[in-house]
Amino acid sequence: MGTIVELSGVNKVYGTNHVVKDLNITVNEGEFLTLLGSSGCGKTTTLRMIAGFEEPTSGSIKVEGESIEEKEPFERNVNTVFQTYALFPHKTIFDNIAYGLKMKKVPKAEIKERVLEMMDMVQLTGFENRYPSQLSGGQKQRVAIARALINRPRVLLLDEPLGALDLKLRKQMQLELKRLQKKLNITFIYVTHDQEEALTMSDRIAIMHDGVVDQLASPTDIYEKPATRFVATFIGETNTYDGCVTSMKDGIANVTLENGAVKVKCDDSFSILEYATISVRPEKMRFDSKPHEGFELVAVVKDYIYVGSILKCIVSLPNGNELKIERLAGQDLPEIGSRIYPYWNPEDGVLIHNDSYKIFKALDDIKLA
Amino acid sequence: MAKRISNHEFKSNTMPAIVTVGPVAILSLFLVVAPLALVAIMSFCQTDEFYNVVYKFTAINYSKLLSPDYIKIYGQSLLIALITTVLCVLIGYPFAYVIARTKSHKKKLFYMLVIIPFWTNSLIRIYGWRTFLGSSGWLNMLLLNLGLVDEPVEFLYKTGTTVLGMVYCFIPFMVLPLYTAIEKLDGSLLEASSDLGAKPYKTLFEVIIPLTSGGIFSGCIMVFIPCLGYFFVSNILGGGNTDMIGNLIERQFKSANNWPLGAALSIILILVTLILVKIYQNLGGDMDSLGV
Repeated sequence: MGTIVELSGVNKVYGTNHVVKDLNITVNEGEFLTLLGSSGCGKTTTLRMIAGFEEPTSGSIKVEGESIEEKEPFERNVNTVFQTYALFPHKTIFDNIAYGLKMKKVPKAEIKERVLEMMDMVQLTGFENRYPSQLSGGQKQRVAIARALINRPRVLLLDEPLGALDLKLRKQMQLELKRLQKKLNITFIYVTHDQEEALTMSDRIAIMHDGVVDQLASPTDIYEKPATRFVATFIGETNTYDGCVTSMKDGIANVTLENGAVKVKCDDSFSILEYATISVRPEKMRFDSKPHEGFELVAVVKDYIYVGSILKCIVSLPNGNELKIERLAGQDLPEIGSRIYPYWNPEDGVLIHNDSYKIFKALDDIKLA
Repeated sequence: MAKRISNHEFKSNTMPAIVTVGPVAILSLFLVVAPLALVAIMSFCQTDEFYNVVYKFTAINYSKLLSPDYIKIYGQSLLIALITTVLCVLIGYPFAYVIARTKSHKKKLFYMLVIIPFWTNSLIRIYGWRTFLGSSGWLNMLLLNLGLVDEPVEFLYKTGTTVLGMVYCFIPFMVLPLYTAIEKLDGSLLEASSDLGAKPYKTLFEVIIPLTSGGIFSGCIMVFIPCLGYFFVSNILGGGNTDMIGNLIERQFKSANNWPLGAALSIILILVTLILVKIYQNLGGDMDSLGV
């Protein structure tokens, strides 16, 4: 599995607005990579730079080892599925899908054969002579995908392609897209702000935040080993605690929080006295009616929320911070207002560097110099 | 109180038609319908030996319109109007495209450049061209001073000069509908076309022009029709060498003093206009964009 797209040191600046900051991403062949982030994080700009609609202010973009910054969009072997579909309203569905082949001057008979085959693949047979305005949102979406895929691009870029569909259709299209991607073995670079979509479909996810990739990893790693506080809070629900690392032993750190000391697993990159963040998912949280060894947290049960098979407990720490703890429904639970002692298995928590890490690194560099 | 207001509103909504559309109807009756009817009636009237209008039916005015001299002028009018329209499209389209697609803040400025000439009477502007192009005009002075020519070049009184004046007069009427059509064009369609491998000229012919054809067509109608009836441009710049239907009509009413014949010519021009507008409408043209 070789590298197919490589972005190195890519920056994009609009006036005083630094949208994409020193981006380095390597996309593997045949991979489904998602750029995930909230709006304005630079994910669409990144995609548009790969497609050629935007020019990077600096840095290089390589597709199949070849620099493409200088190439016009029509010279690049990548195709885009637009968020608004961008179907040609004056052309029939057949002509829309055939457009790319027509531009490549493929013989008419072959165009017809390939278009019909593609229409079959996206389940649009029989719609050849309709116009885009006569199709539903989901059908337009399929045409947009067919129109891009028929060119057999090495890389398909998808800019929030399911954003305009309703939830049910979106779920169905997610599976269909994934199926198409596996079947055709084309690299997909997919932009979305929907974390569930990203987790469902992707081989790897790049979480973008403020023009920077915070973490590029598999969905499992993103969820279980978030690299930054932003990633931890952006993906799924979590409880975060800021505190100071007071001691480390056998891969377990003692961290002192505002509300008392706790334990969490850590690696060698942390140092004593570093100010760091702990993230613990609600389903990994435990509590007991008496203090747990190594944990000094005390909380009061505020509320219970039933979510089908699970039960969310909202508990409040002395400093007013709220924690979410998930329990299977049907268990005996303390009454609202009663005192509990939250804890977790140190292996289930994640210790995350935050900004103070940079200061520690800088201090280290000074010492070394 | 509230009830009374709503009662009042109720009444004003059901005012009789004579109160609401009445004034407009009366105005257009006197200013549009009556004069047109008068022109139509006059086109069937005779003249006595002193060219006074005699209200007696005849079709002779219409039969006169078929004389070869006139037919030559119709042909010339159509040709000039056609060339003007084509030139307006060729010059106006790129211009409209640039101002409609630019993201620059100068967009409004460019737009104003199209509008500003409307603030001056077109007759005065055409006289300006005459002064500029005349044998002792600025252009000739420049050419003489640069030594490019030995004696003044006669730019005026040529068909080309009339066309120049016409294009100059009518280009805003082409640019504005084109601008509206091009501005509405979804930018992602152009990106999609390029993304699918279309070179810029392919995108132009496959996407941009088909999707703005409505604007092109309304622009053409708005240039072609008035161009047929314009007389002062060919009067001033063409010096009578490039007569158009408009000149013919003007002459019947002024120098030749044959009003019934002029009226018949006017009726023909109105009919040609109506036919063109009808064709435009049948092709799916939007009447609003003609300002009708």
